[in-house]
This record gives sequence, structure tokens and C-alpha cells, in this order.
Amino acid sequence: MTLLSPQLAGDEPRSPIFDLISQAVRNPSVMIGGSIVAAIVIMALAAPLLGTVDPVRIDPGMRLKLPSDLAWFGTDLFGRDVYSRVVYGARSSLIVGLTVAVTAITFGVLIGLVAGYFRSMDIVVMRVMDGLMAIPTFLLAIALVSLTRASVGTVIVALTIPEIPRVVRLVRSVVLTVREEPYVEAAISIGTPTPLILVRHIMPSTIAPLLVLGSYICASAILVEAALSFLGTGLPPEIPSWGNMISEGRTFFQVAPRLVFLPSLFLALTVLGINLLGDGLRDTLDPRIAKRM
Amino acid sequence: MYMNALPPVIDIRNLTVPLPLGGDRRNAVEDVSFSASQGEIVCVVGESGSGKSVTAQTIMGLMPKTFARPSGAIMFNGEDLLQASPQRMRALRGAEIGMIFQEPMTALNPVHTIGAQIDEVLRTHLSLSPAERFARVVKAMEEVGLPDPHRLYHTYPHQLSGGQRQRVLIAAALILEPRLLIADEPTTALDVTTQAQILKQIRDLQRSRGMGVLFITHDIGVVAEIADRVIVMKSGKVVESGITSSILTAPEADYTRMLIAAVPTLEAARPPEPALGPLALTVKDIAKTYNVRSGIGGTREVVALKPTSLTLRRGETVGVIGESGSGKSTLARCITRLIEPTAGEAQMPDGSGKPLRRRLQIVFQDPYRSLNPRRTVGQSIIEGPMNFGVSKAAAWEKARELMALVGLDPAALNRYPHQFSGGQRQRISIARALAMEPEILVADEAVSALDVSVQAQVLKLIDDVQKRFNLAILFITHDLRVAAQICDRILVMHRGELVEEGSVRAVFASPSHDYTRRLLDSIPGRQAAATA
Repeated sequence: MTLLSPQLAGDEPRSPIFDLISQAVRNPSVMIGGSIVAAIVIMALAAPLLGTVDPVRIDPGMRLKLPSDLAWFGTDLFGRDVYSRVVYGARSSLIVGLTVAVTAITFGVLIGLVAGYFRSMDIVVMRVMDGLMAIPTFLLAIALVSLTRASVGTVIVALTIPEIPRVVRLVRSVVLTVREEPYVEAAISIGTPTPLILVRHIMPSTIAPLLVLGSYICASAILVEAALSFLGTGLPPEIPSWGNMISEGRTFFQVAPRLVFLPSLFLALTVLGINLLGDGLRDTLDPRIAKRM
Repeated sequence: MYMNALPPVIDIRNLTVPLPLGGDRRNAVEDVSFSASQGEIVCVVGESGSGKSVTAQTIMGLMPKTFARPSGAIMFNGEDLLQASPQRMRALRGAEIGMIFQEPMTALNPVHTIGAQIDEVLRTHLSLSPAERFARVVKAMEEVGLPDPHRLYHTYPHQLSGGQRQRVLIAAALILEPRLLIADEPTTALDVTTQAQILKQIRDLQRSRGMGVLFITHDIGVVAEIADRVIVMKSGKVVESGITSSILTAPEADYTRMLIAAVPTLEAARPPEPALGPLALTVKDIAKTYNVRSGIGGTREVVALKPTSLTLRRGETVGVIGESGSGKSTLARCITRLIEPTAGEAQMPDGSGKPLRRRLQIVFQDPYRSLNPRRTVGQSIIEGPMNFGVSKAAAWEKARELMALVGLDPAALNRYPHQFSGGQRQRISIARALAMEPEILVADEAVSALDVSVQAQVLKLIDDVQKRFNLAILFITHDLRVAAQICDRILVMHRGELVEEGSVRAVFASPSHDYTRRLLDSIPGRQAAATA
């Protein structure tokens, strides 16, 4: 018997995931959004190298100075360097955004896999998720801050809990369709243990939609963190964050509008970049996700 | 070329449709010319990828937007459809050219009543009063043999059977009495007994109205049943065309000859007295019922499988035959423990002490979905043995042997499923099952999704591995012709019940159950084959 060679779709064995990623990188939204996000990330990481001074150092003699060689964006009410505070503020925003996205997805995937695959768990788990979803983020944050005290951890917990159910719903919906695939049944029939089936055969299908959802969670967490800080229930005032800066600048808006505009500009740019990246990923990875969310 | 006395309704001249860049060939359809006259059924036959559906879509102006502009001409009634404006095409579709599709479920809108959907054609093309329209819809439904049209007018697609849905589509396609009907695999998704009825319906309507029919199919049996003239297509080109009887009895092109030869005949291929090995499987009164929630709080019991018993010996192939909903797949799933039976059990005689999953393996129907697209075929094949403690190196070595055994290059183990064709993937699925060194192989419609020529090769492979490993095979299929090729014994299932059991010869020669007789009579091309 002669051996058949497979139809060549290329000379090298190519993983379908690799194809998708190379396709995504060519998408204009992904390119623009990705560049903005990369720039902000580099700015946050390299903050000490970018000509900044200590963002929390108070200099009463330098209050509300206009931009100059000494302070590129001027100084605020306490004489702190606004440029340094904006650059370091990126750190707070990104830490909160990324941590919330990663934590929500980690818990969401675990719960979603269980709820989707083990039908007996489904009703209980999903009702608990419905309950979590009903908690308003702001109320939860205010309650947590008044119970403990304002800190990065509190903000992250307050933002993560209401996001988990969204991840669970998405993962569960993917699991419900994939678990009926013949290749999952084939894995059962060759004796693959259930945890391995979940990790090996079902979880990979959730990666593409989760990348998209994760970017949205990250963007919304950054926005909500700024809003919470603005209200005074977010990050403690000593941490330079864009929300805190906008909040403090608000009182001097007519004297020095840049105190509000500059952090707002960076906040808007970051969220725009992340959303563009998410939209582009959604369009290339899976056009159907838009409907599912 | 065969000349018809009547003028052609449709005359396709040198049609070439380029494929988008990156396709497996330059043109989906290349230099295709043929015509169909009034009162004539022309079958376009070919395997997947032959360009037959693209031809039909081009005629209707329903090409995907990724395709470039076709060249050539499609003359319909003196008018070139390739030059027609979208408005003109909209006016022609439905009124002058009717079309029916393969999947009667998805071609109907689930949220409108079927009456309203047939009526839509009238509302779009004519201005009639509601009463006149209702009368015409009811008449059209009567003509296609839908029972009680006044009641069915107000039903929704999901309340009808597959055959009835296809009749609804035919009624909608024919209500304006088009001169040409294009039917793209209209019976492929239907059971064989329903297919026979629909084919007869199309034939009768075509005769009474004298319209031209362009019938696209992959099934030579259907061709024999219905066609006046045949166009054989392969890789976008016409390889042969002519009158049905001469093409079927004296094909000129090698490809046509191969296509006809690959169609399994109903004659039993296996010897009447097979040498049987020891008992491999005893199924005793296995049954499955589902509790379906109906209304508020209440549940209803649906019997998917009535208590069924069977035995299977090493070296023997037992076919389980039935149409959709007959319970044959439920039986396979209960035996393989992919679902838990409600009652009864499947027992294998003790001996090797190996766990069930190693002794009993299954090959699934859909080669495009039974392999995980994100894992290399090597990973898929070694997964099973590694689950039972075989080392990776040993499992990989075994996988290389098995790839060669199923006729594939072992070097391809690092490739992903999308780099293989359907038949090749089915070989990989067989290799994955064999890697477990099973005693029993359950093949659930394992060749149904394949083209006939590929089907014949995979059947031969299954036959080979059975001899080599002395396997007991339970072969689930809806296709009696396939069952005749490979089975020693067959079981016929109908509505969850085993209605007939016996050797292939005995059952085919003298079917005792009424349903078996109907199944046998419905096989397309049977009469034609008998008289030829």
C-alpha cells in the first residue's frame, strides 16, 4: 500500500492558534491599540528613567507653578511634580487593571469549567453568580473601604468580585458547546481522566474569547478605579493615581485646568488603547463573541 | 452531444469562476458548458470540491462575495444572467428560477409559520389580495403532497419532519411556476425512505409542468433514479456528459467509471458462513429513556431505545441499520458507555483483565470534528495509550507504526488535523482507536460523511484491520449498500426497536419485517441497477 502524504497547507506543521495570532497582528485595530498599550506599559515600567522626580515629594515653595524646564507639566497644589505623578500614575492604573483581569479570569475559568461540564453543579453555581452580579461595584467598594481601609488590595477585591460572573458565563457557554464535540467524546472513550479533558480539550477553546473579555475587564477596571479614587473610596491619596489627581485638581480647575486634563488624557488614551486592542482581537479571533457577551 | 428537440431553458457557455487567492486551484469552475431544456432533468454529479455547487450558486447570483467575477455566459431565456443587474436577478429568482437547498431546517426561518414563508414569494413578486394568496399557497402545498394544508399553513418549521420541510421548500420554489428549478443536494440530509418520496415528487412535478430541472447530487443512485441527462464534474471541469442510460452503462471517462464502480452494490460481499472467533460482547436488554420536561413541572418519558439484546464475536462485523431517530446511535453510545443506559448491560467475557476503555473503541462519523483541531494528530493518537501508563516514547513508536498501517506517512504525525482531507482524518481516527489495542470496534456512521471513492478506501481499511487484529466490529450505518459491503450480519432498527436480525444475504433476499422491505425499496437507483 502506498503511503498518502497529507495535503500541504504550508511546508511546516502549523498550529491553528499560530495562524490566528499572525492574522490578528495584521489587524489595524490590534496594531494601533497594541502600540498605545505597549507605550503606556513601557512608560510605567521605565518611570524612574524618564526624567521623573519623587512623585510624592511636597515642596510648598513650588505650589501651582506653570510648566517649565524644572517641571514639564508644572506642579500641583502641594508643589508635587505633575509630570512625575502622571508617569507613576500609569503604574497604579495598570496594576489595578491587569490584576483585576487576571484574578477575575482565573476564578472565572475554574468556576465556569465546573459549572459547564458537571451539569449537576450548574444550577447552584449559576445562581450564586447571578447573586454576585447583582452587587453594584461602587457600593461594594465603599462598603469594603469603610470596613477596612483604602488600599490597592481593597480596590482590586471590590472590582474583581462583580467581574467574575461575566467570565463564568462566557466560559460556561463555551464549555457547553465544546463538551458535545466528538473529539471530547473520543477523549472520553480512550480513557482520558476528566480533569485532563477539561484542561487539554476544552479549556483551549476559551482562550480566544477570554483574551477579548480580559481586555474589556482591564479597561473597565482602570476606569472604575479612577472613578473610585475620584470619589475618595479608591486608592489612598498618597499613591499617585490618575483618579486621585483628577479629584485633587478639581478644586483648582479654573486656575490650573491642566491638573485635570493631563491625567484625564492619559486615562482616556490607555482605555482607548486597550479597547481598540480588544475589538481587534474580537474581530479576528472570533466574530461570534460579540453576540455572546 | 445529445440534442434535445426543445430549446434550452438554460445554456451555460464556457463558464469560469476564479477561486479567491490561496485556494487549492485557480478556478472553482473552469470552462464549463452545458444546457438544460424544458421538461428535462439534468443531473450535475461530482464529489466534494468538484465545483457543482459553485455552478448552481453562480446561476442564481448567490456567489460568496470573496469570489471574483465569473467569465463566460449563462443564457437564460435569451438573457445573460452574468450581465443582469441585482434588481433583475431578484425579479428572476423565485419567479423564473426556483431553488431548493440541502438543509431543509436551516433554509426555513424558525420564527415564521410555513404558510407565511411560502406566501412571501407571492407578496414579493405579485400583487394579489390576501384571500387569493392564501388559496394559492394552499394549492401549492397540496401539489407537493403536504397533508392537511389548511392546518399546516399555521405551523412552524420545527413542528414538521425533515421530509415535510423539504416539501415546503419545494412548494415555495415552485409556486410561481418557474421555468427552471435548481435543486442543490435536496435529499442528501433526508432518510432514504423520505428521499425516495421527495425524488418521486420532484419527478412528478417536473413532468406535469414541463419545467427544466438542474439537479445537483453526489449520489450516483439518485442520478439513476431521476436524471434524463448527466454532467459529471471533477475539480471544476466537466469530465463527461450524456444521456443517463449511456453514461451509467458505458461511461467513457476513467473518473466516471471509478465513481460508478465505487458505489457499493447491495450484494453481500462477505462469505455466507464466516469463521467466527470467541464471543466478544453480550448485550442484554439494554435500554435508554430520557425524561423530557414538558410544560410546567411535568416530565414526559421519551423512549430512545427499547430493550435490545445482541451478541458479537471476534472477527465478525455486525451492522446496525436504521434511519435517523431509530435508536442506532443510542445503542452504540450505551454499549460504549458514552451515555449511561437506563436498564440492561453490555458484558465482555473476562480474560485479559483490561479496563473497558482499552477493550472497546469507537470511530465517529464527522472526520472534521472528531479530532481536536488544536492538537497534532500524533498527540491525539498517543493520548489513549499514555492514559494507561504507556511511556511517551513507546506510544510514539506505536503511533508511527499505526500511521503506516492506515496508509499515512508517519512523518505527518506532527501535523494538525486541518492539514488533512476528510478521508485521511478518518484514517487517523481509526489509528487512534487501534492504538488502544481493542477487541471491539464500534464504527458510528464512520464512512457516511465521505465521498464514495474515499468511502470505498476506508471500508477496505476497516476490513483489513479487522482481519489483522481479529476485531469484532459493530458497524452503525443508515446506508444499506455500505452495510452489504462490510457486514456478516445485520440488525435493522426502527423507532428504538430491533425489528429484524439475520445474515446480510437472508435479510436482503427475503426481508421479513415490513419496514425492512420499505428500506430496501427506497434505495435510489435500485430499479435502474436491476434493469441495466
